[in-house]
Amino acid sequence: MSISVSNLSKDYGQQRAVNEISFEAAAGEVLGFLGPNGAGKSTTMKILTGFIPQTSGKALVCGFDINEDLHDVKKSIGYLPEHNPLYSEMYVKEALNFICDVHKIPNKNHRIEEVIELTGLGEEQFKKIGTLSKGYRQRVGLAQAILPDPKVLILDEPTSGLDPNQVVGIRSLIRNLGKTKTVIISTHIMQEVEAVCDRVIIINMGSIVADKRIEELKDQYPGKSLEEIFIGLTNGRPLASR
Amino acid sequence: MRAILFKEISGFFSSLVAYITIAAFLIVTGLFLWVFPESSILEYGYAGLDSFFNITPFIFMFLIPAITMRSLAEERKDGTFELLATRPVTDWDIVVGKFLAAILIVVLTLIPTVIYYISVYQLGVVKGNIDSGAVIGSYIGLFLLGSAFVSLGLFASSLGKNQVIAFTIAVFLCFLFFSGFDSFSQLISLQDISGFLTGLGINQHYQSISRGVLDTRDLIYFLSFCMLFLLLTKTILGARKW
Repeated sequence: MSISVSNLSKDYGQQRAVNEISFEAAAGEVLGFLGPNGAGKSTTMKILTGFIPQTSGKALVCGFDINEDLHDVKKSIGYLPEHNPLYSEMYVKEALNFICDVHKIPNKNHRIEEVIELTGLGEEQFKKIGTLSKGYRQRVGLAQAILPDPKVLILDEPTSGLDPNQVVGIRSLIRNLGKTKTVIISTHIMQEVEAVCDRVIIINMGSIVADKRIEELKDQYPGKSLEEIFIGLTNGRPLASR
Repeated sequence: MRAILFKEISGFFSSLVAYITIAAFLIVTGLFLWVFPESSILEYGYAGLDSFFNITPFIFMFLIPAITMRSLAEERKDGTFELLATRPVTDWDIVVGKFLAAILIVVLTLIPTVIYYISVYQLGVVKGNIDSGAVIGSYIGLFLLGSAFVSLGLFASSLGKNQVIAFTIAVFLCFLFFSGFDSFSQLISLQDISGFLTGLGINQHYQSISRGVLDTRDLIYFLSFCMLFLLLTKTILGARKW
């Protein structure tokens, strides 16, 4: 298993953001992380990437413990944080170059060309990041995440703010990456889940309320769309299940 | 660490920070040394650079916080700190990389002032009638004082997201450590520990190196001063993990 999380909890002061969650994810799988705002999606992602520590529980990424082998964990993860923070005063290629240096990637110019091709940044590659449109900024963030060719990709709302054409492009890119890697994406868009994910985990108020393959979920609640299932599970209204 | 160092340096030079800092420093010291009659070397009558070495710490007190104020505060505000911290670099790499980059700017501001030395050397009634040993010592002193100010500035910048607050705190700390402890030691009620208090301040060690005597005690003072504040900076960055 490339990601295995057991009984992970996170408290912010008195408030429990993530409550004893456990799940696993294997290579070649795109896992959708769903949940209302404030459900604990981003917090879980921040913990998995080692940005903040958990309060209790355990998590392994590619076999490395996130507390003990943090450096190895960071090496095997590509992470696109929420709101996609970028160095706006840098040029696109400069930023990618910097990420290559941080990861000590050999033959970096070749790899940068490759990633620019993959993310469709070709036309904008000589511009400053600050002058790019939101869609292209999102692509730069994605390019930075996949640059070191990590085994695990953690993408926090990767398609927010993109126009429909760009969304299609990014989704097919994620699907392709998901063939060989473990990809975890969080999103609020249900069509996206159906288009991209193999499996979904629905989180509500810090706890996992569903962890199933999409077909299984639809079998369990026949006749319901994913949206209705999501609303039912996270609003506490009971659903007729099989 | 190298990747971060290079990123910072290119950041200084691609924005106007480096050029403006160097230009402002040279204009101000130039005016004080050669134009303003009160501190002008030409009016002073002695072939020495004393007024340069007396004024520079007070210029650094404002200039260095201006260089360092954005380094960590901006990363936090834009969220790019998350980008950095989830890459395979340690917090030490980040702090030391930024420290060295700012020191490089300090060195670059000092190098052109060698012209002042050459001028005074040429202008002496007997050509070359200048205490070169003291000048070299003073330059070393300025370099060490600059490093100490950079470590204070980085520390202030790590405290929050607001650059103006970082600047203000840094100026205050620089002033406190440069001349505040001296002034405190003159309080009658603190007379018993006045020697200890002046020893804590930067000024005494700076003056002693400026005489051209490289005392290991002064070197150790500056080294441990920088180490202490870099350590504090790293601790504050690590506070997200508490």
